Amino acid sequence: MSYDVIVIGGGPAGLSAAVQARVRGKSVLVVSSSPADNPLGRAPRVDNYLGLPGLTGAELLERFGAHADAAGVERMTGRALSAMPTDEGFFVAVGSQVVEGRALILACGAAHGTRYPGESEYLGRGVSYCATCDGMLYRGRDVVVAGFSAEAPEEANYLHELGCRVTYVSRRAPEGLSPEIPVVTASRLEIVGEGAVTALRADGKELPCACVFLLRPSVAPAELLPGLELEGGYIRVDRDMAAGIPGVFAAGDCTGLPLQVSKAVGEGLVAGQRAAEYVDRKAGGRG
Amino acid sequence: MALYHFNTEGFDKAVSSGNLVMVDFWASWCGPCRMLGPTIEKLADQYEGKAIVGKVNTDEQPALAQRFGIMSIPTVIFFKDGREIDRKVGVMPAGAYTAVLDANL
Repeated sequence: MSYDVIVIGGGPAGLSAAVQARVRGKSVLVVSSSPADNPLGRAPRVDNYLGLPGLTGAELLERFGAHADAAGVERMTGRALSAMPTDEGFFVAVGSQVVEGRALILACGAAHGTRYPGESEYLGRGVSYCATCDGMLYRGRDVVVAGFSAEAPEEANYLHELGCRVTYVSRRAPEGLSPEIPVVTASRLEIVGEGAVTALRADGKELPCACVFLLRPSVAPAELLPGLELEGGYIRVDRDMAAGIPGVFAAGDCTGLPLQVSKAVGEGLVAGQRAAEYVDRKAGGRG
Repeated sequence: MALYHFNTEGFDKAVSSGNLVMVDFWASWCGPCRMLGPTIEKLADQYEGKAIVGKVNTDEQPALAQRFGIMSIPTVIFFKDGREIDRKVGVMPAGAYTAVLDANL
């Protein structure tokens, strides 16, 4: 599947960018996690969005979504795992699928959570962000799923069906998890190992395993697209929302403070317009 | 097409030849692996005659995946003189692979 613009993130920044790109006549795909994972959806009241005071975050998101749908923005639900520049533009891997775009807009928010001890060290050696990618490699072995997203229980069920021996760890009781999977409630996590992962320590309790699946709503931008310039954990952009890699733009919470809807929508507009211009330049000449 | 799709027999033959071999461990349900596919194919053509480039489907060849302790896919392993000389875990730009190939031609 090929689009002019691929937007990663379905919050206000992503949808604003998508609408702008549509206004410029570009085909647009927005890849986003379940709406239940959008932090704005949990805001009880937003009083500072110009013209629409007193709505809940969920109501605002509904309005933004309706506008995007009416504008012909295409949607894909899933977690973008990896993006790769190509001669024509970018590949983006979403679960098992691969989509292609000429320009890329990162609007993935700021809710990635902090890395746990051992996470970076063992990434790829028993720490995974993708149950569909790596599950098969752990059939018949002990795995721990640390669930931080609405979809995590479903992914844990998938691993269980594959034949992994799953233990589910989260702060609260998960919804939709198979009753056959034991749950450990914990908040302090530490990944331990020797060369490769041997266990997850959850609030001090040792859970032996061959792999820890850390399932967050989104993959951190640095993980998604290596080579991005970061500043204090946020993506560094210029006034055109350009992120330093040709054809890549960023908008919203992922570019930094203030973490506000109005800022996200404004940056989304600029990113959407600049991405559309980038696509035109590339098509017109050797831009 | 210069790209090999290895089963255990083909893999052992290629590696024991002592040639420079690059093997991409992948699976069809792994999006990032599929994303890397075209890059691996291009490298197979680019290095034809100079290195053996192939893929191992970890679902069809679980024994091979286990033999090399594959814990995450995609994983690309390089061999020379019958031994593993390097491995890269995760999606990388083509340059990361050509750097290893060029250094060991």
